[in-house]
Amino acid sequence: MPEALRTRTWELLLAAVLVATVVYNATQSPVYLDVDNFVNLFHLSIEKVIVAIAMTFVIVNGEIDLSVASVMAFAAAVLASLHEGGAVPFAVAIVIALAAATGAGLLQGFIVAKTGLPSLVVTLAGLIAFRGAARVLVEDRSVGDFPDWFRSLGRDEILGPLPFAVILFFVGLVVGGIVLHRSTFGRVVYVIGDNPEVARYSGIDVARVKLTLFGLSGFVAGVAGVLFAARLGSVRANIAEGFELDIITMVLLGGVSIFGGSGSLLGVALSIFVVLNIRNGLGLANVEASVQTGVIGALLILSVLAQNLVDRALALSQHLQDKRGTT
Amino acid sequence: MIRPERLKELSLAAILVLTVLLFSLLVEDYISGRIFNRVTTSVVITAILAAAQTLVILTRNVDLSVGSIVGVTAYVTGDYLVGHPDTPALVAVGLAVLLGCGLGVVNGVLVAYGRVPAIVVTLGTLAIYRSWLIDHYGGRTITTDSLPPWVVEFPGRTLVSLGDLDLRAVFVIVVVIVALLQLALGRLRWGRRLYAIGSNPEAAVQAGLPRQRLVFGAFAASGALSGLAGFLFLSRFGTITVVAGQGLELDSVAAAVVGGVSILGGAGTLLGAFLGALLIDVLDQSLVRVEQVSEFWRNAILGTLILVAVVGDVTLGRWFRRRLSAQARPETAEVAQSTTVAVVGDA
Repeated sequence: MPEALRTRTWELLLAAVLVATVVYNATQSPVYLDVDNFVNLFHLSIEKVIVAIAMTFVIVNGEIDLSVASVMAFAAAVLASLHEGGAVPFAVAIVIALAAATGAGLLQGFIVAKTGLPSLVVTLAGLIAFRGAARVLVEDRSVGDFPDWFRSLGRDEILGPLPFAVILFFVGLVVGGIVLHRSTFGRVVYVIGDNPEVARYSGIDVARVKLTLFGLSGFVAGVAGVLFAARLGSVRANIAEGFELDIITMVLLGGVSIFGGSGSLLGVALSIFVVLNIRNGLGLANVEASVQTGVIGALLILSVLAQNLVDRALALSQHLQDKRGTT
Repeated sequence: MIRPERLKELSLAAILVLTVLLFSLLVEDYISGRIFNRVTTSVVITAILAAAQTLVILTRNVDLSVGSIVGVTAYVTGDYLVGHPDTPALVAVGLAVLLGCGLGVVNGVLVAYGRVPAIVVTLGTLAIYRSWLIDHYGGRTITTDSLPPWVVEFPGRTLVSLGDLDLRAVFVIVVVIVALLQLALGRLRWGRRLYAIGSNPEAAVQAGLPRQRLVFGAFAASGALSGLAGFLFLSRFGTITVVAGQGLELDSVAAAVVGGVSILGGAGTLLGAFLGALLIDVLDQSLVRVEQVSEFWRNAILGTLILVAVVGDVTLGRWFRRRLSAQARPETAEVAQSTTVAVVGDA
């Protein structure tokens, strides 16, 4: 099956699962279709889904960024320790935190691009090191007492019922979709993910694209970390621990190949809605969060397994047809 | 000519010695039986997991579920022992290993026969195994005093004592297991084939190697070793909750990578991975004793170390190869010439 067709089929399947989940949940719980519940749907995972947009670019490019959750904590810790120190205004502290997170991403991107080391290894080291940096900055304290405007940024609705982070997610989705699917840069990301050698011989500056994407991933993780701090109202060194696996799961469930070069942001958006709705529905049905995680894990494996089985069934029927044709 | 993997092991051993010397300058009375005892007691779990991870990574796959397998086997074995305190030791260990192997088999079937990428499968089972554990046992905790005494005493068992230096039985067992596996990997057909499919899967399949069966075997072995690590976890900590072993998957990958195992498959040794685990553990146990370094620096230093190790490995490797090829060039030219002559002669 050609890649484009596979992606389309997968998107349709996800859409069907999404509709089924929404209909089922709506029959199960009367509050499910409320606008409040829709916002609530995003509320607990909004930082993860924002990072998932950048992660889509990285994985389509044939790389992976395991460090995102640690970079989130790192950005939040930079912000918190600057706020504690009190030397700079809070807005400046936010800018420095975002710059630090971008720097973290660029550093890893530089190592990946320059040494050709697998990003799995580099960002695994980054996962440990930036979590460590967060720990060095805030140690075992819980730093809070942020300005009121910052805390309201994390929780208050600014457009209808939508808080800032939810709006940012939808804006990011649209902008990300245009860049990935409608721009030259987006095509280049796919070409490199599909075959880095071919990309290099076509005169594409592969190292520079990778550097850009890891910088972007760090920046977006920084934004998510700062927003997480705003929503929680305080920062500890262990915030967002383990988020990287949830984020990667959402992207892969969206039909993005772990080997790079295929998948779409629409698929990832659908998979995000599916994951959020399943979690929300299971939550309303009083199913524990841990079991929800297990269900998502099973979905992840089944999603790829099902694609493989369909592929093999198609190949088999093709084979049988060919045989019938020759005899 | 020394082989590259030997060179890697030797340089790791040298770094290990240097690290110990460095700490002995920073910490008073550092070189003592105590630090040896602490490291040899605590390293066993990551050492076994590093071996498990290496077997899988060699085949160009990765097993992110080892932490969850440790959690499940530690908890289930502990729970069984609380209910059946008269269980013989070998049966208890066997239970943990078999259970781990079963979980590894699930991974292996999905990766080898379902053709789902390993990172997808094991990311999924990482979540599934853990959530089954949490759902099934909930907030209960297995406590040290509810376990049979031999389990909790096992890590403290000493074979020989030299002054205040104790040679722990569990350390010896783990070293023997790693050594035997290393021998099997280097000498047996099964071991050489793991390298073959990792370094060039297409060529290996063309050569008629049973790729699926080998990958399946690597995951099953990784599961069994993780089960053993689960038992060691149970006996070392005694107090087990449903989050036991969380995050160990990353430690195991880190140990293997520091130990020179290539994440792209086909290169690396179990001895290297063991030294990697040892180096990380020595750092871990020693940093807390340096007064100038607060405990909060642990991860920052560890992460930086891993980065330096892998980047240094690549850069040095490249430099070394360039040197070698520069040295070898005159000879290669000659050889090339003579082969041309030979070919012409044949024609």
